[in-house]
Amino acid sequence: MRNALGSVDTVLLLGGRSEIGLAIVARLVRDGARRVMLAARGGTVPDEELERLRRLGAEVHVVDFDASRPETHQDVIDTAAAKLGDLDVVIPAFGVLGGQAVYDRDPEAAARDVAVNFGGHVSAGLAAARRLREQGHGTLVVLSSVAGVRVRRANFVYGSAKAGLDGFAQGLGDALHGSGARVLIVRPGFVIGRMTEGMTPAPMAVGVDEVADAVIEALRSRARVVWVPARLRPAFAVMRLLPQAIWRRMPR
Amino acid sequence: MTLLTGWGRTAPTPATLARPRSADEVAALVKENTAGRGFLARGLGRAYGDAAQNAGGTVLDCTALRPSWTLDPEAGEVTASAGTSLHDLMTALVPRGWFVPVTPGTRYVTVGGAIAADVHGKNHHVDSSFAAHVRALTLVTADGSVRVLGPADDLFWATVGGMGLTGVIVEATFACVPIETSRMRVDVERTRDLDQTLDVMTATDDRYRYTVAWIDLMARGGRTGRSVLTRGDHATREDVRGVVRGDPLAFGPRQRLAAPPWVPDGLLNRATVGAFNAVWYGKAPTAKRGLIQGVTPFFHPLDAVAGWNRMYGSGGLVQYQFVVPFGAEDTLRRVVGTLSTRRVVSFLTVLKRFGAGTPGMLSFPMPGWTLALDIPAGVPGLAGLLRVFDDWVVEAGGRLYLAKDSRTSAASVAASYPRLEEWRAIRDAADPDGVFRSDLARRLRL
Repeated sequence: MRNALGSVDTVLLLGGRSEIGLAIVARLVRDGARRVMLAARGGTVPDEELERLRRLGAEVHVVDFDASRPETHQDVIDTAAAKLGDLDVVIPAFGVLGGQAVYDRDPEAAARDVAVNFGGHVSAGLAAARRLREQGHGTLVVLSSVAGVRVRRANFVYGSAKAGLDGFAQGLGDALHGSGARVLIVRPGFVIGRMTEGMTPAPMAVGVDEVADAVIEALRSRARVVWVPARLRPAFAVMRLLPQAIWRRMPR
Repeated sequence: MTLLTGWGRTAPTPATLARPRSADEVAALVKENTAGRGFLARGLGRAYGDAAQNAGGTVLDCTALRPSWTLDPEAGEVTASAGTSLHDLMTALVPRGWFVPVTPGTRYVTVGGAIAADVHGKNHHVDSSFAAHVRALTLVTADGSVRVLGPADDLFWATVGGMGLTGVIVEATFACVPIETSRMRVDVERTRDLDQTLDVMTATDDRYRYTVAWIDLMARGGRTGRSVLTRGDHATREDVRGVVRGDPLAFGPRQRLAAPPWVPDGLLNRATVGAFNAVWYGKAPTAKRGLIQGVTPFFHPLDAVAGWNRMYGSGGLVQYQFVVPFGAEDTLRRVVGTLSTRRVVSFLTVLKRFGAGTPGMLSFPMPGWTLALDIPAGVPGLAGLLRVFDDWVVEAGGRLYLAKDSRTSAASVAASYPRLEEWRAIRDAADPDGVFRSDLARRLRL
């Protein structure tokens, strides 16, 4: 249960090796969370990550999870609930980022990645939401992206999956209104981390820790949407208005 | 679904509300339990945290449990339905020359809630907590049966202080106190710092049935812990002769004020609370004996303002109440000193000496010092500070009051309630499927 000062007790991370996901979980544990489940493909999470969370005081469980197999998602949520009890925070943090050039050459790979980045989040999100609704409390943290706020030519396969995810998260948040369960939509800009290794950071790039800090603050204040950094929000208010002819020429 | 919070107005969760009017209706509801998120009894919602919330489940609003009572003046006992408030009870009993055995800082609690939280009052050092005066209680258990329990039953001592997790209390019989007047004879005195407060209370508390100290937490340096001690007894007819005209037992409390429905956030801050405290301390006499006061100003000053919890703004408030055993005064000093140095805003800081506890397995009171704080939930760094206090309290052999808690950890409760396992065994026997649940129980893994 979330307490009066915003600390929670249980956390489920789907995509248990995600850098951002683990950074958020570590902060939640530091703030008092005591039971954690990391759901990762093959049920494997690096030992040092497990050790780090355990040292912070959490009891950590690991379960096999495959984002590309939506038929298994409900089971994973049920397993987590059986192990942890009520799920206070659920963070689907899995995702793949392929280059647009690769997708242009390999439409099948593009569809596969969209299935994970969007379809996987839909099945996992709905399964989690069902559980949170029954509980009457709990937050689903959806890691959207500014890439989906207005889709750019430079990465429109990834961006369109994020656009779908963002719309899904907004609708799900509305659907859960009044149930006690909530959705937090996180819209980071370019995140410097393992996932973007080798890429040149875009303007207003942020680090993993900044994203995690912003998520923690938003969970505490019960915000509905958080942009990281916060100034991306006014920036995108403007960018949304740019004529398509200009937007099309955005270099990246 | 109805969104519920405790009196602190933090961490709301929705539940289905039911309003059973009798033990049979409670039993019927519990028996047809299908939803899977369980039941919990709720009284007047004065517990500060999530003790009377049940996210996604059913909350039984017990104020509709036929508010009624009977007085047996021979035995000095009252039998009341669990939904009867102490306010209603006192309004009826006081003019007849009887007083409730224990009253917390508000009359707006139900008999069921008073027993489930095993409440204490200013007379704890003499009279112990509410449960010590309960002769019998009627409990609807998870299987839908209606059981009458007394102090000889283990389930009785799991139920008093058991936070509603053993079943639904529907009726209770408890001893009352005969009084000659509705007034209190009160001595007020000021102390200059915490040490003097502790000394005076230790030396002379036993002369009074009711005692409490209000601490000015905004005072710092050499004045840290300066307090106003308020101590008294029920006034006799002799005491009020010439002071009170008419019926000395007359009692007709009214709520004269109400907090406005909306209050700007941050109204209670260092400046306003500091100013209030300075005036409150300053206006108290250095020592004044034999004041005659009514029940409300002495026991329930805040009951004069309806909905006073709204004054804390939309962020709500956190109550922090702990007890440490006698001998652990250093822990008390450390907490008061830290709060003072860090200038934490606490509007109502109250210190009290506890006497003997009851055999209630989860009852809070034990012989020692108890300190209660009211802090706006939005104070920066509060979570970390209170976690540190938790550790100090547990280390000192003390514990936190579950009826007020909204933020401690399962680990500190497990470490500080030595009879928790014993309680769990009895609760599990009475409720093997976990029919009775609360947000508090989930949060603290009770």
